[in-house]
Amino acid sequence: MEMGTNMTKPSVNELSEIAKKVRVDIVKMIFEAGSGHPGGSLSAVELLVALYYGQLRKEDKFFLSNGHICPAWFSVLAEKGLIEKELLSTYAKLGSPLQGHPERKFLSLVENTSGPLGLGLAQAAGYATASRLDKKDLRVYCMVSDAEHNEGNTWEAISFANKYKLSNLTLIVDRNGIQIEGTTEEIMPLGSLASKYQSFGWEVIEIDGHNFDEIFKAFEDAKSFKDNPCVIIAATTFGKGVSYMEGNPSWHAKAPNKEEFEKAMEELKNA
Amino acid sequence: MLKSVRDGFGEGLIEAGKRDENVVVLTADLGESTRAEGFREKFPERFFEVGVAEQSLVTVAAGMALAGKIPFTTSYAVFSPGRTFEQIKVTAALNDVPVKIVGAHAGFGAAPYGATHQSLEDIALMRVIPNMVVVAPADFEEAIKATKAVAANGKPTYLRLARQDSEVFTKPDDKFEIGKINVLSYGEKPQVAIIGCGPILAEALKAAKNLKAKEIDVMVVNSHTVKPIDEEGIVKAAKLCGAVVTCEEHQIAGGLGSAVSEVLSRKFPVPIEFIGVKDSFGESARNWEELWQKHGLMAKDIEGAVQKAIIRKND
Repeated sequence: MEMGTNMTKPSVNELSEIAKKVRVDIVKMIFEAGSGHPGGSLSAVELLVALYYGQLRKEDKFFLSNGHICPAWFSVLAEKGLIEKELLSTYAKLGSPLQGHPERKFLSLVENTSGPLGLGLAQAAGYATASRLDKKDLRVYCMVSDAEHNEGNTWEAISFANKYKLSNLTLIVDRNGIQIEGTTEEIMPLGSLASKYQSFGWEVIEIDGHNFDEIFKAFEDAKSFKDNPCVIIAATTFGKGVSYMEGNPSWHAKAPNKEEFEKAMEELKNA
Repeated sequence: MLKSVRDGFGEGLIEAGKRDENVVVLTADLGESTRAEGFREKFPERFFEVGVAEQSLVTVAAGMALAGKIPFTTSYAVFSPGRTFEQIKVTAALNDVPVKIVGAHAGFGAAPYGATHQSLEDIALMRVIPNMVVVAPADFEEAIKATKAVAANGKPTYLRLARQDSEVFTKPDDKFEIGKINVLSYGEKPQVAIIGCGPILAEALKAAKNLKAKEIDVMVVNSHTVKPIDEEGIVKAAKLCGAVVTCEEHQIAGGLGSAVSEVLSRKFPVPIEFIGVKDSFGESARNWEELWQKHGLMAKDIEGAVQKAIIRKND
């Protein structure tokens, strides 16, 4: 499997074009399935595109913790040619390898079955620990949502990664600020995630999660820390690219109707 | 001779660690009392202390298993699987990776600590999850063998450990195979098959002896594997005896008795009596035996159940 690397990294313009296609795919998949999570899928697009088009080597591993944003991930895999593009229209349908939340037994590219929040970082940390025990030269990437920091399991894993000094682990937080029933600050205030991570012994990089240059620089910087795990806190816009979804929690888990779908397509294609 | 199931686990774990360098052990601040301690001394680089954090205990282990390790997670059964049901279901069982959930102090072993520390529901929790294997060794010797077998079975597995010192009635050279019952004693014309798991089988053996004196023959079956249950062996015992008594240090609902009755009601219905905890919580007591007496888990209770089963059979 060719994961992207050793190949020349596409230009920012090319990456932006890919991101555009991915956003169209996301809204299509969710519309066709009549189910899915558009807000968080749309906010994570540039982070996932950057990861797959310029960062992951084939020995590296990617753990998606916030599995509900898998339309974005599946779409990046399809753009990248790692899965058939035709599969996207089967998302969340009976028998599809693309389950509503990603599942290992349905798709071998899935490292960790995910969906229930708070379980991914610990698995990534476990993988990083085992890899170090086996002296493997690989990096484990993990993406979590900001709301997953409501979960105790996430903080247990943050402590573990610090204790075992997992410098082979890069965590990406999609800080879109929205969860099911409101903003993250209304539901359960997260405050400064950066200072929380710092006090837990992590290296912290804060970026604009839609800016490819910043994302790639953060990925490189994260690799330079030799003693501690590193978190990239990426500020993003929930529902990015579809005006009526942006920043609106009601689009956490909702499929657009036909009219809404057409409006989204128009906006995304003309962006 | 009295020895504990958990001590057997500790010995088996070291042997499993010697046999396969992929065996790693994690604990949630309970290395000593779960007997994972010996492994820590032998293989410090393969031992991980996660703190009092059972959710992380299981999920970190799942990540290690995804990377090819065979992680044994050690805590008390009340905490894991008690607290970690979803982590086990999703990251061990649905991922189908060989995470081993070791639930110590299962049953009434933590007697003085009270109901919060007495695990009477763990078998039920674990046996309803697809892909999970559930093993409850009966004594010290069997725990050694069970631990080694569990290390090698390639499946997410729950290993249930009793805390108390108890009778060692299996022998080092007895065969142990996951998913296969062992017949512990066998009367000439057995009228009832007593099927159990865990140290309560020592009471079943006592009951068999007492019944023999009253000229009632029974057979005693050790179903150390609750899942996958040995359907063939259980049906055979039921056919031979025509009645069954199940016994376990666990809620009757959802435990071994339920598993046995699910098999027999489909394949060979016979009268079944259940020895176990009857939909109630534990409480503090000086030792496990006081609680066994209170909840009807002693030899005399098993004898009573056998006699009831015989009456029902002959009705």
